[in-house]
Amino acid sequence: MGIRFVLMVNKQGQTRLAQYYEYLTLEERRALEGEIVRKCLARNEQQCSFVEHRNYKIVYRRYASLFFLVGVDNEENELAILEFIHLLVETMDRHFGNVCELDIMFHLEKAHFMLEEMVMNGCIVETSKSNILSPIQLMEKAS
Amino acid sequence: MTGPSLMESLFQRSLDDLIKGLRLSPPGVEAAFIAKSVDEIRREIKSTDSQTKATALQKLTYLHSLHGVDMSWAAFPTVELSSSAVHSHKRLAFLSASLSFNPNTTDVILLLTHQLRKDFSSSNPHDVSLALSTLSSISTPDLSRDLTPDLFTLLNSSKNFVKKKAIAAILRVFEQYPEAVRVCFKRIVENLESSDMGVLSAAVGLFCELTVKEPRSYLPLAPEFYKILVDSRNNWVLIKVLKIFAKLAPLEPRLAKRIVEPICEHLRRTGAKSLEFECVNTIVTSLSEYEPAVKLAVMKIQEFLLDNDPNLKYLGLQALAIVAANHSWAVLENKDVVIKSLDDVDVNIKLEALQLVMAMVSEDNVAEICKVLISYALKSDPEFCNEILGSILSTCSRNFYDVIVDFDWYVSLLGEMSRIPHCQKGEEIETQLIDIGMRVKDVRPELVHIARGLLIDPALLGNPFIHKVLSAAAWLSGEYVEFSRNSLELMESLLQPRTCLLPPPIRAVYIQSAFKVLTFCIYSFLSSGDDTSYPSELTDSVLKGDFQESSDTATITPISDTDLDDGLNPRSSHQPTKCVSTGNGEDSVISHEQESSASLKKQQLTQKSVMDLVNLVETNLGPLAGSHEVEIQERASNVLGMIELIKPRIHSSTDESEGDKIKGELRASNMMKLMFDAFSEELGPVSVSAQERVPIPDGLVLKESLSDIEAICDDIKLPISSSFSLVRSFSMTDANLIHERPSKEEYEPSSESTSLLAEHRKRHELYYLPSENKAMISNNYPPAHERKDLAIDEPEDLVKLTKQSLDLRKKRNQAKTRPVVVKLDDGEGAHIAAKKPELNDDLISGAVREVLLGNEAASSSSRSKSSNKASKEREKNELNIDRPSESKMDVTNTVESELGHGSSRRRKHRIDGKEKKHPSSGKEKKEHDHKDKQKSDHRHSKHKSRQRADGALNVAAQSPVIPDFLL
Repeated sequence: MGIRFVLMVNKQGQTRLAQYYEYLTLEERRALEGEIVRKCLARNEQQCSFVEHRNYKIVYRRYASLFFLVGVDNEENELAILEFIHLLVETMDRHFGNVCELDIMFHLEKAHFMLEEMVMNGCIVETSKSNILSPIQLMEKAS
Repeated sequence: MTGPSLMESLFQRSLDDLIKGLRLSPPGVEAAFIAKSVDEIRREIKSTDSQTKATALQKLTYLHSLHGVDMSWAAFPTVELSSSAVHSHKRLAFLSASLSFNPNTTDVILLLTHQLRKDFSSSNPHDVSLALSTLSSISTPDLSRDLTPDLFTLLNSSKNFVKKKAIAAILRVFEQYPEAVRVCFKRIVENLESSDMGVLSAAVGLFCELTVKEPRSYLPLAPEFYKILVDSRNNWVLIKVLKIFAKLAPLEPRLAKRIVEPICEHLRRTGAKSLEFECVNTIVTSLSEYEPAVKLAVMKIQEFLLDNDPNLKYLGLQALAIVAANHSWAVLENKDVVIKSLDDVDVNIKLEALQLVMAMVSEDNVAEICKVLISYALKSDPEFCNEILGSILSTCSRNFYDVIVDFDWYVSLLGEMSRIPHCQKGEEIETQLIDIGMRVKDVRPELVHIARGLLIDPALLGNPFIHKVLSAAAWLSGEYVEFSRNSLELMESLLQPRTCLLPPPIRAVYIQSAFKVLTFCIYSFLSSGDDTSYPSELTDSVLKGDFQESSDTATITPISDTDLDDGLNPRSSHQPTKCVSTGNGEDSVISHEQESSASLKKQQLTQKSVMDLVNLVETNLGPLAGSHEVEIQERASNVLGMIELIKPRIHSSTDESEGDKIKGELRASNMMKLMFDAFSEELGPVSVSAQERVPIPDGLVLKESLSDIEAICDDIKLPISSSFSLVRSFSMTDANLIHERPSKEEYEPSSESTSLLAEHRKRHELYYLPSENKAMISNNYPPAHERKDLAIDEPEDLVKLTKQSLDLRKKRNQAKTRPVVVKLDDGEGAHIAAKKPELNDDLISGAVREVLLGNEAASSSSRSKSSNKASKEREKNELNIDRPSESKMDVTNTVESELGHGSSRRRKHRIDGKEKKHPSSGKEKKEHDHKDKQKSDHRHSKHKSRQRADGALNVAAQSPVIPDFLL
């Protein structure tokens, strides 16, 4: 499965969103997140956005105070994942308008729904922003 | 609604309240706050009011997902809420389920079966999509089995939105329940021709995942994939298709030939780096025999390497590493960038560059590359320094030192490496030094020379990382002492006071080596005498007497029916000396008759020097006989015991009368011969699997008597010694008794001991080598920390340096011929266990193969017999004939169209298909009736395949198992 997990982590290393596409126990998740965050946050702008960790490749990108980290398996195309991260951020930006950490904190479900529209079983299934957002917009209209 | 629940819902804290509370609580109190909230949630979640329950679950999911709160206890309320009529509640429940349910242990998942089925048939596509997402993340084998029929229906949904999700969800179902492949596979294949981007990309994504696991089964689908490759302009889809082809192409050369051109076309046309990278990757991994394509790919790689974006540089290096396997010219073309990348700010890039540099290593350039790398290692941070050293070590030792011609150079490199300040590869260096010593006879003199350099440097003893190397050095100088130029000096360095800094097991090696050196010296001293003076019969007779006497000392094991290794070993040589007994030993020169004794030329063994040696050993090992470390104590006692026996004999030569002297010397010399023979047995490499090949004797029950040894030895750490030499050379003692208890009091801070040592040196000059030697040492072996001046600082220089060495056309001019490296006849170390494929993957691909090309015979017979088969059965058959039919068309096509016009031909082919869409024969109409439930876009694709099928029924029958995949 291409994408194994998606993490959003702030500068302080606090997880703001965690979506796994394979089951890990809470302890495994915590350990994994800790290790990855330590590895990636220590890197600077001049360094590349790819880190190998255990049997994952981590592709990450920083937007202001928030790091988007995507764990993929070895077959995955790193540049495509970078584009995927950017698409995710653009989508959230379109929905929230200048998305920031707080938006994701207080609307965690929505962020998950967007991801759910984009990725299933670790495969990217939707790449059109309006298609991704339409179910959420419908839901908002309904409530 | 009851009162309490109304109250609850009125005063319940919302998720926002919870988050604000969390943000306000100071760091230490957070855990308490969470615990309190969870208690609240436990109460609220039992509420009958679905809004209250939903809010409680929402909060709990938040805490679970971001704060790691366990919520397995809330599985049932989650299932309850999933049946809510309110979409947002349902959504929440399913989200919570997919985030927290463990498919292996959460048993309430089964309770969701009904709810999911209900949602699958809902008229609201969002309900359906939600249920599909949930299924994809929590599916169990049971759930998959029960819901397969429903999924099958959904795969045919009129709403692309739903169809897309169904396809994406089905991967998980296949994994859990491979039987589902038989039911659903055909419908998925149809979607490869979908015009809807979402559906297509889901289908391609699914096949990409499946193909990676077991490519061969999907070869029959190559025409469909090819069409997508040529026609699609969606980069996401193209990347996935390229991944599929990267797996398929190596299996079918004809396929590779067809896809090269379209892929190059994409590579030339696209502006998207991700697609570019994928094309490059596909070419270098799977199409590496197509020279023009590889050239193009390498050109793109070059662009990546020169880009300022570190991401592209990193990926470029990775791709280059793949090319390097088959096309080393690609690396040579880019060597400047690669070598400069060793200096990059990013350690990941440095590592990639390092790997590439190592990939370039050959017999001709290994020395120069290593020189460059060592100079990089010297100025790198410790971590990367060790990466470099590690890769040098592993590359050079690969395949029994395949790339090494000049072993003298290599062992001196090993010596040099161990002196690098950050070096932590002591263990590996130790292993290699000893391994080379045993395998390569010709290099032993140099090894001993290197070992001497390491042993006589007291500064090295303070560095714990290097202790292992010192252990190897000590062992080597003991084992191959005949090559040592100055035994006294060697002995001094083995016994110098700073050896107390060594851990006991290594110190034991030192003492054992001292033992060997001593034995060697005394033996050669004595035997040099008896050769000239005494007939050999006498020797034999005394030998017997002496034998009895000496065997009761623990030192000597009588195992010597030795065949001495004459070619190498001066131990057997007879060395006449001019004068033995008088004091003018300075003039005495031992002349050597045998070729190998050349190294001994300068060695002067006189009685005085031997006595000095004995005294030196005695003074130093005396205190150690009382050591708490059993290994040290034992070895020291062994040496002292032997000295005890031998000392009078050596003295006798001056003090006693002629007759006694002769007898005494004889006894001594024979005893020494025994000792010496025991040590001189040649040690050779041992196969890794040697132990396994020893048959277990009948009646030997190992497990039972040793089963409780762990309990006994709990507090004793057995040595995890990688130096197999230890065990062999200690064979006289019980190797199992080695304790690895680092005695802390012996580890003095090194600076302190250095100054102590300096003082000591000033006063006594006892343990330090003669002054003329010192000068030589400092010339040959500058102390580790001054080596930086040798480092070449500018990468440009390094580039220049390697320019020549990397040129493969350079002629080999080897001054030396490669010495013999002893290898064991069996495939030593070749223990590569074949990776077993996962069972489930097997099942999936098995089912796929069956669907795609499996029961060929059955299908063709059914075709001929009857046309009134069940529609599902028909679909399978159609698919079966589909592939071969294509092949036939191709056979005819290839005649008219040349290679390389693949894409145009393909397009033509497609147009044909479209044209044939409308004319409908009677037979087709019949089949339409069969499947009028099916959607129009499906019919569309089915038409095409049927058309092709009609064309080539007979071909299908003739080519059963592997159809022709030419497009």
